[in-house]
Amino acid sequence: MEWLQWFSKPENTKPLALIIFFVTFIGILVYVYGSKKRGKRLESYRDIPFLDEQDSTKDKQ
Amino acid sequence: MAVTTYSGAEQYNFDIVKKFAVMALVWAVFGMFAGVWIASELAWPFLNFDSAYFSFGRFRPVHTTSVIFGFGGSALFATSYYVVQRTCQTRLISDGMASFTFWGWMAIIVLANLSYVMGYSQGREYAEMEWPIDILIEIVWVTYLILFVGTIMRRKQPHIYVANWFYLAFILATALLHTFNNLAMPVDLFSMKSYSLFAGTQDAMTQWWYGHNAVGFFLTAAFLGMMYYFVPKQAGRPIYSYRLSIVHFWALGFMYMWVGGHHLHWTALPDWTSSLAAAFSILLLMPSWGGMINGIMTLSGAWDKLRTDPVMRFMIVALSFYGMSTFEGPMMSLKEVNALSHYTDWTVGHVHSGALGWVAMISFGSLYHMMPKLWDTKIYSQKLVEWHFWLATIGIVLYIVAMWISGITQGLMWRAFDEFGNLKFSFAESVAAMMPFYAMRAIGGMFFLTGAAMMAFNMFMTIRQGKREAAALEAKLAAKLAHA
Repeated sequence: MEWLQWFSKPENTKPLALIIFFVTFIGILVYVYGSKKRGKRLESYRDIPFLDEQDSTKDKQ
Repeated sequence: MAVTTYSGAEQYNFDIVKKFAVMALVWAVFGMFAGVWIASELAWPFLNFDSAYFSFGRFRPVHTTSVIFGFGGSALFATSYYVVQRTCQTRLISDGMASFTFWGWMAIIVLANLSYVMGYSQGREYAEMEWPIDILIEIVWVTYLILFVGTIMRRKQPHIYVANWFYLAFILATALLHTFNNLAMPVDLFSMKSYSLFAGTQDAMTQWWYGHNAVGFFLTAAFLGMMYYFVPKQAGRPIYSYRLSIVHFWALGFMYMWVGGHHLHWTALPDWTSSLAAAFSILLLMPSWGGMINGIMTLSGAWDKLRTDPVMRFMIVALSFYGMSTFEGPMMSLKEVNALSHYTDWTVGHVHSGALGWVAMISFGSLYHMMPKLWDTKIYSQKLVEWHFWLATIGIVLYIVAMWISGITQGLMWRAFDEFGNLKFSFAESVAAMMPFYAMRAIGGMFFLTGAAMMAFNMFMTIRQGKREAAALEAKLAAKLAHA
């Protein structure tokens, strides 16, 4: 269990946390903007608030 | 995507939405009146009536609790129940649980206000309620969480719309913040008094971890949920970029959690903690402005609506204030700026540019959109909406300008030295210098309160009109059936 000591030192965990969070954020960006097909699907969800309207007032863009 | 035809009341539980929407307006008028009262006490101290019950210290939490949890909380319950049902195209999982959250939440606000006036307070900002009320909040909040998540789980729409993500983050974060900030040991089982489990700097840090995240998740993320549904609905156009809303959500949720330490610059808090908080506060500008741009650009190609639709104007001005206060906040979190601004009225002005400009204005806009739909009618008076808009806007401007001037003056007076190195001004002199600005702030508050009272009247008449129309329609149908 000696290796757990490594995590008790802020000089180790701070850069580790930075790497984890930075990679996660880049991952989200890649997921959101990385594929045209997925982008199109994600953008289609914009219309959800208008789907349960009987008399939809949505402007056509 | 699944498409379901809207079938109104049978499909959804709108009764609970109506109750919370009405109470949001009641608490708005009550809480803003309390705010104007305490602002007036500072400008005209005779209003304290030399009574502990009327003192600023006891009335201030009455104001903050009534506007944040009474008005803001009720508006959030109302809109979250409305949005989650309509975007998931399903009814709330339990009418009983929904009703419990309503009566429980109302009891909390009433009990909290009574306890403050009687002198009971934990002394934790925005969490003044003593332990028995804290436990009630916990029970109501967990019920709200189960109800919200349960409704999402039985949705007919496969995708969870982004507004619900923001609402869910708000519910989860508030549960976490409330629980840990209120860990306390009661003096006695039958005593209202309790002591925090934390001590010294840790206690202060826990309080401001809560305090700033109450701003971040209760007063920002939740109202962004409101924005992501009601701005597109009122504009009649979908949100500008759904992908930007995803990045906005994750970046905002992640960064807010770190910034509480900026309330404790130049204190016993370790320097690295407050520096880290300042760094995250600056970073927070990016997701905040991304969200603001996303909201405002929804109107792209339909800017004329700003001229013709006062409800839309409420929403866009709210987003503009969101942008302004999320620029001012990071700036104030810088240690050098904070050295001047902290403990002064500048902070009070900053809070109100967010609370009145962003939170209240987006709530007004959303309620103006939602309430006529709930009662199946039109707004009683568009003219009154126009009046409300201008009164609110003028009120905010008066308020924040007064607080900027008084705050910066205070900061400069407190740090001024004479040629011998002594403080140039006594504290009492700085208080005397504030008086005109305190009067100006109280007048600004009066403008804002008058607008809110106008809205309450307008919505009361709208509801009455809706009920009359429904009764007339029913009578017409009955007559038709009788003749058939």
